[in-house]
Amino acid sequence: MALITVTDASFADDVLMSDKPVLVDYWAVWCGPCRMIAPILEEIDATHSDKITIAKLNVDENPRIASDYGIVSIPTLNVFQGGKVVKQIIGAKPKAALLKDLAEYL
Amino acid sequence: MSDVRDLIIVGSGPSGYTAAIYAARAALRPLVFEGAVTAGGALMNTTEVENFPGFPQGIMGPELMDNLRGQAERFGAELVTDDVTAMSLSGEIKVIVDGEGKEHRAHAVILAMGSGYRELGLPDEKRLSGHGVSWCATCDGFFFRGQDIAVVGGGDSAIEEALFLTKFAETVTIIHRRDELRASRIMAERALANPKLRFAWNSTVTAIHGTDKVSSVTLADVATGQERELAVTGLFIAIGHDPRSELVADQVQTDESGYVLVEGRTTQVLSGGTVLPGVFAAGDLVDHTYRQAITAAGTGCAAALDAERFLAVREHALSATV
Repeated sequence: MALITVTDASFADDVLMSDKPVLVDYWAVWCGPCRMIAPILEEIDATHSDKITIAKLNVDENPRIASDYGIVSIPTLNVFQGGKVVKQIIGAKPKAALLKDLAEYL
Repeated sequence: MSDVRDLIIVGSGPSGYTAAIYAARAALRPLVFEGAVTAGGALMNTTEVENFPGFPQGIMGPELMDNLRGQAERFGAELVTDDVTAMSLSGEIKVIVDGEGKEHRAHAVILAMGSGYRELGLPDEKRLSGHGVSWCATCDGFFFRGQDIAVVGGGDSAIEEALFLTKFAETVTIIHRRDELRASRIMAERALANPKLRFAWNSTVTAIHGTDKVSSVTLADVATGQERELAVTGLFIAIGHDPRSELVADQVQTDESGYVLVEGRTTQVLSGGTVLPGVFAAGDLVDHTYRQAITAAGTGCAAALDAERFLAVREHALSATV
C-alpha cells in the first residue's frame, strides 16, 4: 500500500478512527529535512504497511490539525493509536534510528 | 582486489556533489555517502540563495542541491543516502564503514562532511528542541505566526534567519553578545532597517524556560552580568558551526577548531606534517574563512582533480612495475 495523504477534513476518519496505528508525517514543501526523510518513510511503508499506515499531512494546507497537535517544528512524526498520540519523533533522523524508535509499532 | 574502487566521497552539499560531478565525468565511478539526514548539506535548510553565480533570479537552496545531485548522477556517480560511521585512511587501501556496518574500499577518499550547527549548551536546550528551540528557521518559522520570538547570533546566517522569521512573527529579537553585528554590510543594513527586528546587544542566553514549550529566556549582560527575562515562544539558534571532523580527528591534522588541514593550495590532507596519500578534503570541513556554496563547490572540484591526478600517477606506477 502506498502512503496516504490526510487533510484537516479527513484526519478524524483516516487517522483517529483507524484500526491500525498511523504514523502522521507533518511536512511542508519548504522544509529541507522533510524532503530528506520522505524517501525513508516510503521505504518503511513499503516493508511495514501491514502493521502501520503512513500518512502525510501538509501543514501549509492543513494548519488546523498541525495547530491542534501543537506542532512547532517539522518534520514531526506522530504515531496515533486508538485516536491518541502514543509516540512523537521530532526532527529528521537516519532510517536505522527511525526504525528503532518505531520498533514497537512495526 | 576487484572490490576496491577508485574513489569514495564522504559527504554531499556543494563540495561533495561538485567533486562527484568531476570524478564521475573522469570515469572514476565515485561512491558518494550523502549522509542519512544531512544529504544536500547546510543549503537544504536555507531558502533563497541569491549569490550563487549563474542564477540571476536566485535559486532555492534545496533546488540547487537537487540540481547538483542530478548532475552527479547523470555522469554515473553512485549516491548512497547513508552515514559513514568509521574511516581508516592511513593504508594504501582506504576503508569506509557505512551506517549498516558494511565496509567499502577505495584507493582515494574525498572528505566533504561539512559542518554542523553549534548548540548553546544549556540544560533545557535539548528538552525544548522541537518545542520552540530550533536551528531551522525555514522549517519552523511558519509555526510562529504573530508571536514574539528570538534569534541568537550576530553573523550572516543569524540575520538571514531573523529576516526570514519577520515574515511570520510579530517581533524577532536578535540576541547578540557584542554591540554590533558581525554580518556582512548588506545583511546588517537590512536588519537594522526592519521594523519587526529588536536587538538585545551585549547579551547571552543563560537559561531557557517552559514546561511543554518555550515561554521565555533569561538574558545576561556580558559586561555587568545583570539578568533579565525575555518572553518569547520561539528561540532560533544561529551561533555558528563546527566542522564535522570527529570521525577522522585522530588520523588527520586539524586546527584548534577542528578544521581539517590541507597542503598549501591543494586539497591534499595533512597527517603528521606530511601529505596523507590518497586523502583529499573540501568544503566547510576545511574552510572557516569563506564558507560559501560557491567556494565549497570550487574546492570540491579541486579535490576531484587532485584525486584524479593521484589515481593516474598510481596507475602509471603500477603499470611500470609489471
